[in-house]
Amino acid sequence: MLAPVDDAPASPAAGPDALRAFRLGAGSIVPILLGVVPFGLIAGLAATRAGLGLAEASGFSVVVFAGAAQLAALDLLGSGAPLAVVVATALVINLRFAMYSASLAPHLAGASLPRRLVAAYVMTDQSYAVSIVRFARDEMDGPARLAFYLGTATPMWLTWQVCTVVGAVAGGVVPPGLPLGFAVALAFLSLLLPAVTDRPTLAAAATAAVVAVLAVGLPAGTGLPLAMTSGVAVGWLLATRRRRRVPA
Amino acid sequence: MSPREVAWWAIVAIGAGTFAVRASFLVLAEKVAAVPPAAQDALRMVPAAALAALVAPAVLRPDGDWDPLGPRALAGLVALGVAWRTRSPAATIVVGLVAVVVLDLVLT
Repeated sequence: MLAPVDDAPASPAAGPDALRAFRLGAGSIVPILLGVVPFGLIAGLAATRAGLGLAEASGFSVVVFAGAAQLAALDLLGSGAPLAVVVATALVINLRFAMYSASLAPHLAGASLPRRLVAAYVMTDQSYAVSIVRFARDEMDGPARLAFYLGTATPMWLTWQVCTVVGAVAGGVVPPGLPLGFAVALAFLSLLLPAVTDRPTLAAAATAAVVAVLAVGLPAGTGLPLAMTSGVAVGWLLATRRRRRVPA
Repeated sequence: MSPREVAWWAIVAIGAGTFAVRASFLVLAEKVAAVPPAAQDALRMVPAAALAALVAPAVLRPDGDWDPLGPRALAGLVALGVAWRTRSPAATIVVGLVAVVVLDLVLT
């Protein structure tokens, strides 16, 4: 299923450097794929939990292709939150891609517009992180950078789609006593720890958690945006003060 | 609207919005310099705040009721320990699920 991981010389007809860079990218993402599998499965499971089917599960994974936002949206859809709240929450979670887009832009600036749009569509935390580390370290020309990046993204995309389908099909046959909704919370929990890297992000997480717990009684779907904005505001204040104290 | 219709509207809207965010600087590469530092600080807070806001109520107030010593809260604590030690999503999810099933049987 996955792209080959060896560094064997490619056939000249296929553009040797680009194909080699693509394979190198695919090889670099393979160790990370194992960590992606549970989220893909839960993205499928969460859809069936929310009363949706395989079509909606795959619709999310193909059209949106963003784990945390998909899980949050399905969670909210299942609890009957208003459409506007579902969309706004998912988009706020995905705002971080603006940072990745800005960071990748100088490396992929030489590519044609259609290729840059493909690069945008397949953007993930994992592909971004692996690529940007490699770009900083290795000398690569523009086409090789694009090929490396797409090499990291292709196995990610395939893994995500396959796992979503498996999860959605399995979700229909799992005994109803198993608390699969809790599996979604656990998936978020395992993403939360790496997201807390310093005091401002810790403050953001703590504030958001407290507000979210206190806001449970509010009308469906209003607690989450409130908690997220409070958390971001507190974390931002701390980060800004810290940045002013220690000029870069 | 049926739940499925709502879901498809969500898929289309989130998909379009997410694509716009991802494409933003890649498309405008030549015209825009970079994200200003103040905005970067705010964007950097989003994952931590969003994930904490999603986890905390599911663990501490399942079904809307306060239950800080219930099966979910204790299983969440166990899962937090596993996540801390192993950094493995699969281990966190599996151990947390086993813990909640066992604690459900023991505590109720």
